[in-house]
Parts: sequence; structure tokens; C-alpha cells
Amino acid sequence: MKKHLVSANDLTKDDAVLVLDTAKELAAISDGLVKKLPTLRGRTVVNLFFEDSTRTRISFEAASKRLSADVINFSAKGSSVSKGESLKDTAQTLQSMGADAVVIRHGSSGAPHLLATRNWINAVVINAGDGTHEHPTQALLDAYTIRKHLRNNTGDLSGLRVAIVGDILHSRVARSNAILLKTLGATPIMVAPPTLLPVGIKDWSGEYSYNLDEVLPEVDAVMMLRVQQERMNDAYFPTAREYARNFGLNIRRQKTMQKHALVLHPGPMNRGMEITAEVADSANSVVIEQVANGVSVRMAVLYLLLGGTNNETGDKN
Amino acid sequence: MKILLKNGSIKGEKVLDILIENDKIIKIGAPNTIKDTEAEIVDLTGLIVLPGLVDLHTHLREPGREDAETISTGSAAAAKGGYTAVHAMANTLPVADTAGVVEQVWNLGKSVGLVDVYPVGAVTIGLLGENLAELSAMADSKARVRIFSDDGNCVSDPVLMRRALEYVKAFNGVIAQHAQEPRLTQNAQMNESTLSGQLGLTGWPAVAEEAIVARDVLLTEHVQSKLHVCHASTAGTVEILRWAKDKKVNVTAEVTPHHLFLSQIHCESYDAKFKVNPPLRRVEDVTELRNALAQGIIDVVATDHAPHPREDKEGEWNSAAFGMTGLETALAVVATAMIDTKLMTWSDVARVMSEKPAEIGQLTEHGRPIAENEIANLCIIDPNTSWKVDAKDTHSLSTNNPFDGMTLKSKVVHTIFRGKFSMKSGQVQK
Amino acid sequence: MSANSRNSARVVLESSDISRALTRIAHEILENNKGSKDLVLLGIPSRGVPLAKRIAQKISEFEKVVIPVGSLDITMYRDDLRLRPPRALAPTEIPEGGIDHKVVILVDDVLFSGRTIRAALDALNVIGRPSMVQVAVLIDRGHRELPIKADYVGKNIPTSLIETVQVTLADFDDASENVTLFGGEG
Ligand SMILES: [Zn+2]
Repeated sequence: MKKHLVSANDLTKDDAVLVLDTAKELAAISDGLVKKLPTLRGRTVVNLFFEDSTRTRISFEAASKRLSADVINFSAKGSSVSKGESLKDTAQTLQSMGADAVVIRHGSSGAPHLLATRNWINAVVINAGDGTHEHPTQALLDAYTIRKHLRNNTGDLSGLRVAIVGDILHSRVARSNAILLKTLGATPIMVAPPTLLPVGIKDWSGEYSYNLDEVLPEVDAVMMLRVQQERMNDAYFPTAREYARNFGLNIRRQKTMQKHALVLHPGPMNRGMEITAEVADSANSVVIEQVANGVSVRMAVLYLLLGGTNNETGDKN
Repeated sequence: MKILLKNGSIKGEKVLDILIENDKIIKIGAPNTIKDTEAEIVDLTGLIVLPGLVDLHTHLREPGREDAETISTGSAAAAKGGYTAVHAMANTLPVADTAGVVEQVWNLGKSVGLVDVYPVGAVTIGLLGENLAELSAMADSKARVRIFSDDGNCVSDPVLMRRALEYVKAFNGVIAQHAQEPRLTQNAQMNESTLSGQLGLTGWPAVAEEAIVARDVLLTEHVQSKLHVCHASTAGTVEILRWAKDKKVNVTAEVTPHHLFLSQIHCESYDAKFKVNPPLRRVEDVTELRNALAQGIIDVVATDHAPHPREDKEGEWNSAAFGMTGLETALAVVATAMIDTKLMTWSDVARVMSEKPAEIGQLTEHGRPIAENEIANLCIIDPNTSWKVDAKDTHSLSTNNPFDGMTLKSKVVHTIFRGKFSMKSGQVQK
Repeated sequence: MSANSRNSARVVLESSDISRALTRIAHEILENNKGSKDLVLLGIPSRGVPLAKRIAQKISEFEKVVIPVGSLDITMYRDDLRLRPPRALAPTEIPEGGIDHKVVILVDDVLFSGRTIRAALDALNVIGRPSMVQVAVLIDRGHRELPIKADYVGKNIPTSLIETVQVTLADFDDASENVTLFGGEG
């Protein structure tokens, strides 16, 4: 494994499978009575959130605490980060606090990359979502969820086809998923109106489509992305109603899917917009489970990045 | 005060001796044919002599942002880079939109005395794109402004652009347009491409530049005025310029050293020293811009020297400032991009970095032939050296030079400004 | 490990020795605990797990009862995590019936510093409360760093610190079964 997890590109196939396998074992432990492992005792994980995301922060916090790490929540929001200097200042503050890992959420694409590459800080950097760039742990938990249901919780995802539907243009979840699914041998299919697909999408995502109805019957899983109402005002689509009509997942559409096909959503859901309540609560929906899997996957990432060194010493006995 | 320059190769061609007295070239002759016992003798064997470089696009930041650059530090950087004249862009604080401000800049330039500083006047009051500034007052001022630009902003309102083009005809002015359709570039961060999609940086489409260039070319033809296109950055812009020149539209265009040398791939580092307006484009655009410069479709190289304090460049990409410094590296970048690749000769470099820019700026004492009785504004270059750029080694107050750490061919060794060394053997003469 | 130290490899237990040692351990466990009542064998991955299964098999043969066997991964409880590259986790499988009020026999291949057993005790602690915990190992090579001892030892092999002990099990490693001592002056 690389030292940092900034992009899903940082993971080789073996790395990604190792994370998922580790998460599986950790989930098995957590399923039982064990609420806390001593693994990262004495190590400090800083949740550095320049942007509100209670869900992601709580997930990382739970993961860190279950591994007995000391957790410091550092919310930089509100300090109105308009000048770049403050990222560096903050990093140096965390360095002097002895942070072993920094989990960073930032509104600006590339901020975790800077933190990982600028020698401001020695800590391991874990990207918890940067701008419209990436959100690799979300992709890992999605892959975990899919693998658990469709690949018996082992190996890779080769042969699976996964539709990612919605605001691909602004979605860090879509980017990380496109990369990781390909790494794991699956085929992502980006589905959106043309306005919400980035220029050059065909060069990096694999497949794409403007027609959800055509794609649904042939996929093994569908991932519905949250569509923000304000996109409407920027003329990405005419009305919420038209969007929902063409790209919303309702029961009629779900019935065209294969029996085993899963429905995922990174949350929070706009029920009635990209997904109806019936679909969200249906038997094939794994939305609630994604949350629990998020903790296991983040524990695995923290353990694998913080639990050891790369220096090959110590004896085998 | 006399200087005898011996054995310099004039624009890379004939080797001649040049005798300078006071501010003028008084004699030119074959090597060792000029004798003058009083003159300081400087041997230029193996070096190239060009007319002093002229920059049409320099941000000197004074007044208002003296933390980034001053007319004094910017002049020193210009002298170091071989320039004898620079055009100071109007986006200062206050904006250079009145005779008073342009005269202030003009006077400051004179008092520093390392290069001639020609102010560019704003097209609209406060660069706001709403009302025309007092263009004629600036033209008539001591600063004798001929180039007007809202650079930093685009004069996007077509009616306002038309009026500006028409109005400056009265005093033979030219509108230098920063071509950027504002609605197509809201919050734009880098060239819109596959890469921008992958990096999650908001795309800046080539069409945002090309649509404005095309419109302005048509307007210019319609009102029979003069247009200068600032920092052309796309192959599409080149195509429009080629069409316009075919049709004899009175349009000139500039390209920056960085657009001739760097492509968008540098954005992968999320290092904001590569953040610039217009953005770095595809490799194909770089190639096309080089060809266009060699063919004369693009007339000149202009630096768009845009200094920024460290804190504005050090942080995350989205909040960093646009712009790069360039005065000290421009000649070497052009030599590396154009001469080393055999696309141009030194005589071509003289054309695109001195003669043509002086013509566009209507300067009478720059970009002139290297001949007797001309003002001695000269740039002397060692074409056989390569050097590694160190952004910290600069006369500018700012270090946002994207070429930091890169190796370039050719280096300016002396600059002679109005008969005196403004830079000698790498040392700016303050 | 250098090619040179490989040259000084010495087989200390053959397959038949291993089998005999495990039989003896099985007998000792029964003797010590006065039968097989409440016994649970937990192997420590990786080779402790097949060893535990083989001991349980032998006990079953002697006593004609099924002995619960499971595995206990101790990776997350190690105190030397920072000294090694992170390792993949192995499954922890607690047999039905759990470990509360049971006699848990922890089974591992080699007892060395004692830190693995220490970690295993911590791992057990969060799973339940056995009435007693005992330790069975195939090899005890000495050099304890903690006050821990094995209740059942297949063979004591005095070693120097620069030597390594490698246990190869036919059913687990898919190789010929033996215990080999590498390195040192040998
Ligand atoms: Zn500009």
C-alpha cells in the first residue's frame, strides 16, 4: 500500500482486495461483542473537516475509536478559508500536535493531494472527500457492499456491471467509484443527462449513457447519486420533475432490473428526486447497510495505513 | 560615456562592432575597424545582439499591490530579462483608468530608469465593463497611451466592445482584449478536458476564448478599427486569427512564453504555480501556438508577467490566484521552445519580442534596427548556455515562476537601455 | 534471510515426530483436565489453526466425542504492529457454545517471546470469560520476554536469537512436513 489514500488510483487491485478482506474480518469481529480493539492505542487520528459532513466524520470517528486511536475533531469550517496559507498553517499545527493520520474533507479539489505531497506534515493523509475530485473510502465501502452481496464477500468484482446515475460532473463519489470498480475488474456505466457528464468522460470512465431505462436491465448494481436542487438553476436540467422522470429510480424501473441487482446510494437521499422511498426501502436496497460497512472499511484503511511500517523487520515467529 | 561592443552577432547573423555614445549607436563596422580609446570595451564574441525586448503585457502591480511587485522591482526583473520597454497593465488599485493614474505610472517608470514603462489604459471605468474610461484623456496625457485593455477582465459586452474599438480610432489606439467569455468560465480552474474531469477542477473551455476572439475580429472588421488579442492560448484561436489575417482584418495577437512551453498536464500536481488565466492547454495547442508564432499568425510574445505573493499561490488550487511571473525567463523559454526546435531564428525572435511589439505599441525608440543613429536599446544573449531556473533567484518580489527547476537554453547576459547597461553580466545596474 | 543461512538449515522434527508430539499433547490435555469436558481448542493463525484441529481430532479419537475447535486472530492485539508491515487479518471463529466457563486451550506452532500469547489473552478477554486458559505449542524455542509458559510442549528446542524456526505442515503448506532450524552457527 502507498503511504496515503488520496485517490482510488492509489490502490492496486491487490491493495483494494486487501482492504476489503481486512474490512470483512473487522466486520466479523465488530458483529460480535467486541466494540473496541487495542490496535491503534496511542496513535492520533485528526478529522480535519473544512466542509460539513456529519455522516463521513462520524463514520471515521467510530472507525478510529473502535481501533482505540485518539481522535481529534478539527473543524476548520467557519474560519472562512479563502486564502491558501491556512491549509499549510493548519497542517503545521497538526504536525506539532503529533497527528499520525489526518482524515481531510475539503471543498477544494486537490487539497488532500497537497497535504500529502508538500512536506508540511509527516502524517498519513486519508481523503474523506475533496471538492469534485474523489472520495476513495466511499468507493471502497460501495465495493465492499457489492462484493458482499454479489461475490460472496471474497475476491474482486470482475464481470460485474455497475450503473452510476446522476450528477457525475460534480460527484467525487462517481470519480472514485469509476476508478475503483475498474481496478476490481467491474465495468462502471455513467448515466446522466449530457449536461451532467464531464467533457471527455468516455476517456476515463469506461461506458456512459443518457438513457437509464436502457441500462437498468443489464446491470448488477445501480448507484444513485444525490442531485442538488441548485443544479437546476444553472440550467443543467429544466425541472426537478423532468429529471426525476428520466433519471429517478422508481418501482417501475426497478422491476426492469435483474433479480439480484442491488440499489446503492451514498446518502443523504433526496427521496422523490433521484430515488423513490419505495425503492430506497426495498429488499434490494443496501443503503442502510452501506453506513455500517463504511465503518468497517474505514477501520481497515486506518489499520492498513497506520498499523504497521513498511520496513521489513521483525521475525516471522 | 562610450561603450564599444566588439564581435557581437547581430540578430544571429553578421558579426560587427558597435560603438555607443550617450544614448545612441554612433558607429557600426566590421570587427576591429572601430577604434576609440575612451570607450569601455565589452567583448561579445559568441553572443547575439538583439534590439532591446519589448513586452506588451506586464503586471507591475503598482499602485495597490506593492506586496507583489513595484514598478522598481518589476523594472529590475525586466532589465534582467533583456527588456528595455514594458507595457504596464491597467488592473492596479486604483485602476489605470484616468490620465492621473497613467501619468503616475509613467513618472514612476521614468524615475526608476531601468526600462521604459508604458502604461496601458483601462477600456472601462474600474475594469467593470460598464462605462468607457476617458480613453482620449489617457491618450493625450504625458503617458501617451495607445493600448487600452481591461486585462484580467474581458470586455464581454459586445456593444461596449464595439464602441471602444470605434472610439480609439480617433487617436489611432488599439484595444487589447483579454478574451474570456465570463459565463462560460464561471469558477473555471483549468482547461476543460478529460484531465479536468479527472482532477475534479472546473473546466475552462477553449470556446470561451475563441468565441470572444471570433466576435471581436468581426466587430473590428465591421468598424474598421484595430484589435490586439492578448495571450492566445488555443489552436482554435489560431485558426480564427489565420482567417482574420487572410481577410486583412487589422488584428494582432500575442502568445505567452508559458503557453508556448507548458501544457495542462502540470495541473496534475495541484500546484497552483501552474494556475494561470488563460489556463495551460493541451499539448496540441502548444504545438499549434508555436507554429502560429513561427508563421506570423501570432505576431508577438508577451509575458503576462503576473506576480503574486506566496500566500496567494501556496494553498489549494481553487483559492489560489491566477498568474505566473515571466520577465526574467521569457527569452530563454522562447529560445528553448522556438530556436532549439529550429522553428525560428534569432532574427525571428527579434521580430516577435521587440520589433513587432514596439510597432503595436507605437514606440519610436524601441524595436528599431541595430543601426547608426538609433537609440541604443539592446539585449545581448548567450545562445550556447543552459541553466536551471531557480524561482527564488529573482528581482521580482514574487516567486510564482512555473519554470522553477526546469532547464532552459540561452540566457540574457547584458541589457543596454538608452546607451547604458541596465543589466551587465547578469547584474542589474541600480 | 540470506542464502548462506539457508545453507545451515537443520531439520529438528520429521513428520512422524510431529505426529507423535501432537498425540502426546492430546493425552496430556486429557490427563491434565481429567477428560474432555468443557474443552475448547483455539488455534492462533496461521499454523496454530491446523495444529489445533489435529490435536482435537486425536482427542476425539481417544474419547469418542467432538471437541469444539476454532481460531483466534490476534493481529489487532499485537504490540509490535509498528515494527512490521501491516498484515492481512485471518478469521476469528469461535465455536458454537462460546468460551464462557470453558477450558480454552490456545494452540500455536512456536512459543518465542510470549507476546503472541499475551495478545491472544487480550483477544480472548473481549470475547468471553473462560474458566481456565492453557497453552499448547509444538515448539518452545525459549527467549521469553513476558511471564508466560506453555502447559503442553511438543518439543523444547534451545535456539540462539539469530536463528529462526520454521514449521511446515503437510495439509497447510502443501509441502513435506517438518520443523527446520535456520541460521546461527549450525
Ligand atoms: Zn489577461
